[in-house]
Amino acid sequence: MSKARKSLEPTDALPVAEVSLETQHHVEQFLYRQAEILDDRLWDDWLALFTLEGHYWMPAAPEQMVGEGQPNIFYEDHYLMRVRIGRINHPNAWSQYPPNRTGHVVSNVVVEAEDPSSGDLVVRSKFLVAEYRNDDQRFFAGKYRHHLTNSPDGYRILLQRVDIVNVEGPFDYVLQYWI
Amino acid sequence: MAAGNGFNVDALVEPDRVHRTCYTDGEIFEREIRQIFHKAWIYVGHESQVPKAGDYATTVIGRQPVIMVRHSDRSIHVLYNRCPHRGTMLCSQRAGNVGAAFTCSYHSWQFNLDGRVRHIPIQSGYDNTRFSLDSPDAHMKPVARLEVYRGFVFASLSPTGPGLKDWLGTAIDGIDDMCNRAPEGEVEVVPTCFRMLQKSNWKIFLENQLDAVHPSITHTSTGLAAQKVEKEMEAETGQPPPLSYHYISAFAMELDKWGALDVVGHPNGHCVLQGYMGLRPTDPDTLEYEEVMRKHYGAERTEDILDVNIHHLLVYPCLSIQSPLQQLRAVRPIAADRTLTEIWHFRLKGAPEPIYRRALDYFYLVNSPSTMINADDLHNFRKCQEGLQSEGGDWVSFHRNAGQDRVEGGITTTNIGFSEAPMRNQFVAWRGYMAVEEGA
Repeated sequence: MSKARKSLEPTDALPVAEVSLETQHHVEQFLYRQAEILDDRLWDDWLALFTLEGHYWMPAAPEQMVGEGQPNIFYEDHYLMRVRIGRINHPNAWSQYPPNRTGHVVSNVVVEAEDPSSGDLVVRSKFLVAEYRNDDQRFFAGKYRHHLTNSPDGYRILLQRVDIVNVEGPFDYVLQYWI
Repeated sequence: MAAGNGFNVDALVEPDRVHRTCYTDGEIFEREIRQIFHKAWIYVGHESQVPKAGDYATTVIGRQPVIMVRHSDRSIHVLYNRCPHRGTMLCSQRAGNVGAAFTCSYHSWQFNLDGRVRHIPIQSGYDNTRFSLDSPDAHMKPVARLEVYRGFVFASLSPTGPGLKDWLGTAIDGIDDMCNRAPEGEVEVVPTCFRMLQKSNWKIFLENQLDAVHPSITHTSTGLAAQKVEKEMEAETGQPPPLSYHYISAFAMELDKWGALDVVGHPNGHCVLQGYMGLRPTDPDTLEYEEVMRKHYGAERTEDILDVNIHHLLVYPCLSIQSPLQQLRAVRPIAADRTLTEIWHFRLKGAPEPIYRRALDYFYLVNSPSTMINADDLHNFRKCQEGLQSEGGDWVSFHRNAGQDRVEGGITTTNIGFSEAPMRNQFVAWRGYMAVEEGA
């Protein structure tokens, strides 16, 4: 399925779409599920959250309009995500000894737009992530924006934009996988 | 192994091994700051970071916070980031524009873009005091020496020493290589700087940059994962994988191939590792770029430029440059066990967009905060730093292929990529800086 992705560029407006309680419930459950998948490192399930053309994007600046052709903290399609998963699962991924552990909380879920014919959504939410590794605990906070397509198997991510509040860094150690 | 008056460089550095305290001792680190980072030429930034009058960028030289600023006469100045009045930093952001003058947020002292005092409020209060506008103490202090080479701004806090070009010596080829690859002969900064903190000594980072043994071991997980996906992609899409996958799958190439790379040690600790990624493929984008190059340089000169095969240039002690991919990492030591790197990349002026995209892919995969490559490097660096605290042994070994280097005119060359010649070369320079402390 090939669908045009929205660019999820930053906007001063905070649009709100009137959606049914059912839609609100389903999209919240989808976001909670994604957070659980990361915390439990269920990599096959992670890939299945995205369409084949889907991208996970963490811009390098809040004002960034597009991921393509720009420096990014993350900008990954299915294939790059598969490289990252392959690395983490490899027995010689040295930085996974000890592995990192995360706890995600997702909240403030607002549907920005709903396509009445397809049921596709743009939804924003806030997250808090604690990460623990090698005696160090880090915190990340920020905003997710998801462009979701409504498929027979449930929502799939066309584009996820992740704006972390400490985007300028400095980063004390890398982000080994997605936040 | 105390530093200060008891500092004995002979007890720390031998031709093929160095004492572990060079990496762990706080007093030795302070001496490095004074003797190396406050004396040598240190990379401040690129002049394209400050294109307009009043544009500034802040960084540190050793422990000294500095401001690189563009004057209205187009000249570049590097000034200590300090108001002469009460010591307040004048610029608190990493970059910005101050307009026509620096204005202190504390008492509104103002300074021209060259650091000369412009206005002091309530000036009558200084009548009949020892304060004078004629004194250097009234002005922002400039760095002792400043030189710009092809847009790269270097400063030295020492009034004496070799000029930048003499100090770089033949290592200047690496900076030329980056700029020459631009059809217009110049590069332009991309205004995204990634900053990474490392829980390790600054020298561990520099030594790793030219260590051709580590990639196929440290990065084996990423290299093999990329190789697997390359095959899957080809099978699933019928298309060859983009060059960017090769950047990371190349990390898993057989050890023998790394061993065949040339390594050159230049005077003052600078080093070059030969390229290995084969960045001159024959795809349409590359051919178009080469055509543009020939228009600017002619066929012969273009061949000379594109034949230069550098992977890393180390400008000791402050820079790791990857000239064919237009990126660099500037080293900012914080403590014996803590280092910040500022990571920048550049556009080749006049080159077609796909050539930038190619370098951008490498910037993403190797130098971004989500890099799978440095994930394992930084992990190793931290383990080195913690292991070096151990009294289970006193020495760090740089014995591999010692005594087999060819030295001619102060330049060390080896075609044994595995040789620890680059580490030995860096410590020859370290000895020179550290041995005698002036004024001590």
